[in-house]
Amino acid sequence: MRFRLSKLIVSGAASLALAAIPAAAQRAGGNAQQTTYRAPRTADGKADLNGIWQAMNTANWDIRPHAAAQGPDLMLGAQFSVAPGIGVIEGDGEIPYLPAAAAKQKENYANRMKLDPEVKCYLPGVPRATYMPYPFQIVQSQKYIMLVYEYAGGVRTIYMDSNSKPPADSWMGWSNGHWEGDTLVVDVTGLNDQTWFDRAGNFHSDALHVVERYTPRSPDTLMYEATIEDPKTFSRPWKISMPLYRHVEKNAQLLEYKCPEFAEEVLYGSLRKKPLTK
Amino acid sequence: MRHRLLPSLLSFAAAVAVTLLTVAPASAQAQNVAAKPAAAATNSGSKTWTAPKTPDGVPDLQGVWTNQTSVPLERPPALGAKEFYTPDELAKKEEQDNAAAARRAEAGESGVHYDVAQFGLDRSHSKTGVTERTSIIVGPDGKVPPLLPAAQQRQAARQAANRGHQWDGPENRALGERCILWPNEGPPMLPEGYNSNMQIVQGPGYVAIEQEMIHDTRVIPTDGRAHVAKNVRLYLGDSVGHWEGNTLVVDTTNFTDRTAFRGSSENLHVIERFTRTADDTILYQFTIDDPTTWDKPWSGELPITKINSQIYEYACQEGNYGMRNILSGARATEKAEAAKQ
Repeated sequence: MRFRLSKLIVSGAASLALAAIPAAAQRAGGNAQQTTYRAPRTADGKADLNGIWQAMNTANWDIRPHAAAQGPDLMLGAQFSVAPGIGVIEGDGEIPYLPAAAAKQKENYANRMKLDPEVKCYLPGVPRATYMPYPFQIVQSQKYIMLVYEYAGGVRTIYMDSNSKPPADSWMGWSNGHWEGDTLVVDVTGLNDQTWFDRAGNFHSDALHVVERYTPRSPDTLMYEATIEDPKTFSRPWKISMPLYRHVEKNAQLLEYKCPEFAEEVLYGSLRKKPLTK
Repeated sequence: MRHRLLPSLLSFAAAVAVTLLTVAPASAQAQNVAAKPAAAATNSGSKTWTAPKTPDGVPDLQGVWTNQTSVPLERPPALGAKEFYTPDELAKKEEQDNAAAARRAEAGESGVHYDVAQFGLDRSHSKTGVTERTSIIVGPDGKVPPLLPAAQQRQAARQAANRGHQWDGPENRALGERCILWPNEGPPMLPEGYNSNMQIVQGPGYVAIEQEMIHDTRVIPTDGRAHVAKNVRLYLGDSVGHWEGNTLVVDTTNFTDRTAFRGSSENLHVIERFTRTADDTILYQFTIDDPTTWDKPWSGELPITKINSQIYEYACQEGNYGMRNILSGARATEKAEAAKQ
């Protein structure tokens, strides 16, 4: 009798445990997906991230959840209106600004046509370069991985397995990378304080530290995560994530997107000898 | 951020660059590898050195390099048809070049004391690939062929259109001052006055070449695919590559008509060849043809030399105070002259 009861207790415990597993998996889900996908290998045995990739969201307009809205130039009408987005920030979608920084973001937003570095064709920085609505290419070798962005000719070199320090602050930062399994982890420092996260005035200081993770999730997608840390601007670290989609069209390639000349009227129009005639 | 020389000093830099292209560095950093003549180019020359391969099995051109070299594009006229220095002549030339560079670094240019070393214009900041050639351009002529009449007219018309308007607005300034394109980015990639550096990274089926000025990265597919559509014109053209033995051959077309390389048109066609000839040297050869500009193709070659450094970010657009200063200076001058009258 006692033996049979203990057997019942054991099998009952076992079925309770089995029932608990799916619930636990759901709680642990969200954006850091558990995946059994194993990417093809490069010749030197690493996950192959080579390819032309692009984010498919409206994070460049606003990384927070946002409804559609009038664009900043009324005469461009619907063509340049703000497309809606469910947001790319993990958790409740709020950016944990310190009080003074929260006020500055509102000021940025109010003056965004004057202040957004994108208007002037300035380099977008990290992580904004990842989710600008244009492709970028990963060229992967052992010691270096190059990220070549179509927009404004942006480029970053990831120094693999290196503890090197940035020689100076820069727009695209200094990137040291290493592998954790199939995930490329990139530690980015040396970013200046001139870039924004989006067109909505979300910004940072020069204390910004970004840790990116690129994880293959299927033959034609990567999962991109970036942890943002900046004690001068935010009360705690926060994280964004999004899939990156491979360009699979035949002969896909980056084209030149040299935007300095498109910003000349904005930057120098008032200094012309004669104003441009429309 | 790295020091960025104001574009208003670009003309100075250009003048220095012309002189620098004829000189070896002041310090003893001259790379003592003589680039072999074109005929023997595919032979590494050394019995013990084998050209390295990437894990994918293609020739390995990776690293950080400079294309700064010890000879100018065109042969000094006094040398006539002489294509190569003898070893004795080369040694003497290097000695003279070093001495001249040292004198210049002390005295400054144009009688004005200018610390060229401060802005990295001094050649001791850069390695130089020494070549036994007398000019980058090969052959008995050693210079860019004469322009066809139509090309001369094109060039004259362009200059005439800008005469009297060169300070009117940004469109009247050089592409480099506008941070659109640096003068020698090419292709062909020729030595710049300073920071003439590039990084090469190879992934399966691609060779990426990032030129430091202005952080433009050529991502060259090596599958010999077709070029982009004819109506897509690009400042650096559209490059497609393929491997021939140990040599990367790159074919570039689809240029705009605004680069005007030595007077060329949008029909410019460039073929480059990259061959690793030593651990620290790539032999770089190029052929230029444009039937609407020259009646025959012309070629050049120079050594690309490994440097122990990294590429710095040259944030040209972001730091372009020069354009603002140039235009506002011109407006101030006009205002002052109008006030005098």
